[in-house]
Amino acid sequence: MDIELPESIRAHLPVLVVLLPLFGGLLAMFTGLVQRGGGVIAWAWSVLITGLMLVCSAAMLQLVHASPEPLVYRLGSWPEAYGIGYSVDALNAYVILVVSIIAFLTTVYAKDSVMAEVANDRHHLFYSVWLLAIAGLIGITVTGDTFNIYVLLEISSLTVYTLVALGGDRDRRALVAALKYLILGSIGATFILLGIGYLLMLTGTLNMGDMHDQLVRMREAGTLANNRTVFVSFAFLMVGLSLKMALFPLHLWLPNAYTYAPSAVSALVAATATKVGVYMTFRFVFTIYGGVYDTSADLQLLALCACLGIVVSSVAAVRQMNVKKVLAYSSVGQIAYIVLGFSLANHTGVTASVIHIFNHAIIKGGMFMAVGAVALRTGGTKIEDFKGIGRQMPVTMAAFTVGGCGLIGVPLTSGFISKWYLVQAAMEEGYWGVAAVVLLGGVLAIVYVWRLIEIIWFGTPDDPNKRVKEAPLSMLVPMWILIGASVYFGIDATWTADSARAAASLLLNGGHG
Amino acid sequence: MADTHDQSGTPAGEQMSQQTLIRVIAKMTIPFILVFGCYVILHGELGPGGGFQGGVILAAAFILYGLVFGADELRRRIPPPIIDACMALGALLYAGVGLASVLRGGTFLDYGMLEPDHAGDGEALGMALVEYGVGITVCSVMVTIYLMISERRATVRRGEVR
Amino acid sequence: MESFGYFNYWLAIVIIMIGFYGVIARRNLLKQAISLGLFQTGVFLFYVTMGVYRSPDGTAGVAPIWTDAAKTGPFDNPLPHVLMLTAIVVSVSTLAVAVAIIVNIQRKYGTIEEDEILEADKRDS
Repeated sequence: MDIELPESIRAHLPVLVVLLPLFGGLLAMFTGLVQRGGGVIAWAWSVLITGLMLVCSAAMLQLVHASPEPLVYRLGSWPEAYGIGYSVDALNAYVILVVSIIAFLTTVYAKDSVMAEVANDRHHLFYSVWLLAIAGLIGITVTGDTFNIYVLLEISSLTVYTLVALGGDRDRRALVAALKYLILGSIGATFILLGIGYLLMLTGTLNMGDMHDQLVRMREAGTLANNRTVFVSFAFLMVGLSLKMALFPLHLWLPNAYTYAPSAVSALVAATATKVGVYMTFRFVFTIYGGVYDTSADLQLLALCACLGIVVSSVAAVRQMNVKKVLAYSSVGQIAYIVLGFSLANHTGVTASVIHIFNHAIIKGGMFMAVGAVALRTGGTKIEDFKGIGRQMPVTMAAFTVGGCGLIGVPLTSGFISKWYLVQAAMEEGYWGVAAVVLLGGVLAIVYVWRLIEIIWFGTPDDPNKRVKEAPLSMLVPMWILIGASVYFGIDATWTADSARAAASLLLNGGHG
Repeated sequence: MADTHDQSGTPAGEQMSQQTLIRVIAKMTIPFILVFGCYVILHGELGPGGGFQGGVILAAAFILYGLVFGADELRRRIPPPIIDACMALGALLYAGVGLASVLRGGTFLDYGMLEPDHAGDGEALGMALVEYGVGITVCSVMVTIYLMISERRATVRRGEVR
Repeated sequence: MESFGYFNYWLAIVIIMIGFYGVIARRNLLKQAISLGLFQTGVFLFYVTMGVYRSPDGTAGVAPIWTDAAKTGPFDNPLPHVLMLTAIVVSVSTLAVAVAIIVNIQRKYGTIEEDEILEADKRDS
């Protein structure tokens, strides 16, 4: 699939992927003037915007693969050292595409779900905030300036807090979950800001590539050995980033926030927000500190946290009585897999991480969509609401089941590919324990997924006379595209593996953009 | 959401608007605050001041009006949909300046390209427009925050009565 | 005496930690939000004092304004100050969202004490 764009647009692609949702979000506010609450107009507008964004990001990935150098875009024509420079290479073009795909499909999906779950006079505000959140997430991924990362991180976080709090119309616990998320998220972002401050103090620049060059120069001059500023900046950054990507034991905000948010928001946030956090970690650990600061001890600590996280969150997932909460705890575990991959710091490990960013995004996005469809039809996401639902909503629940197989890592699903690479990476390093933990995580996933599948297909509803309809087509299509993709990329993983390998080589060779 | 206005309790503003002195002083000072806010915004691009400070000063005038005459009176004078639109409008002005420079052949936010022959003029124009955008947005956001908190206060009091 | 030379950073970190303690230890949601503001303010202080310049011979930098002193002599680095302008706006927005959520919590729960909210949740489920 080749996308031909005129040269005048191609030159501006890096900034266009951010500007589209930014402008779109601001303009979506005005749909409230056309129709009270915006209604379908606001939704159609958002679909249009995210669709255009998807085209742009697909074109950008092609452009990046075609050119040897990263695409650089200087805002206001300032040199990168002074102004904000956007730069796109094989890694972030890939992450941007993942975010765009999820953003487009969840927006299509959102129509009925938002109608049912958000007050009618607020739809224009909902879609406005929704698009701004997407703009923030894409912006973090595209920018090459550390302070810009902080600002865009706060844009995306603030909008996501708001979206989560909108679940308060239905369940007041959403408000408390959103506030907890806000407080922990702000602490995380402030730690990142502190870390950036120490780096700024040391290098006098905010551009990532420049920072790396300065650090290399300092190391060659011999002033970097035992430099406590580097150490402190790295520590602050890692704590902040771990909070943002919900790495065990700093994941406490995640389960409630995902559970009580509106269904469409759960799907979007679960599939993208933490992934972008992982992307930031890649940038900081590999692009800035790669080759200048010995991160192996810290990465071992991360690997330990990840191993504990896989086990603890999977055990917690088994005991939950709310299906969304099961998925949320499973997300904590899946993030831990991603962290485990890159903390092994070898090529296969980083490849596994990058692959799993995509695979987990499509699987978890699809599963949250399926749960949202059930919430639309039955009004709840408790285990009781799912009893025997498989016979009444077979198409939705088939998607859920296939997604569940992906979480376990059954062969022929994309989850298997990620785990395969992960186990291989652990073996390369001779960490048999780590490989065992990955397999144990798979076994625990069988337990919590099977528990749900049994209830869904073999349970008997509390009220046998209750009939529910199958989910509407606008929900089924995006859901099945994601789930179908997870099967497709489980059988033919060429595209994901190649993109991930290119990104991993770039990261490990101290590549930076 | 105007129906949340509470009849049983007394909004803080109603009591205050009974006092002639406060009403007269507020009516006298509000125009000056507005002018001063505009002054700070207009001088923002090169001197001390700017959109953030000026926007807050402008908002202070509206909030003073709301405090003295009641939030509902303020809401009647400037309906919330218009404030919402202004929020987006200011940010759009900012982003629009950036887009205009793209259309002129520069990169995003390359103000100099607004007047390709006189880059200095273009920069001044771009910065001024950005400051106005920031001012509009900050002012309307501040007013929104005030309105939102005062509106909720009324409903909470109703909860206590129950 | 060298560590005294860093007293501004000590002060910043002390403020950050006071705020951090407040976020963790206070059970009142509004007090948590206020502590969060203090926490972020500490970081602003950290950044702002970072920009102060003192040349090796001891002359202090002047404010980075286009005056004769700044044209000839050393001046402070304005970059961190500018960054903090943005960060202050971000912090204000964070507090605004926090207060908006807290106001809504008060409306739905009738309290903003964390313990009472947890109890109410337990009663619900």
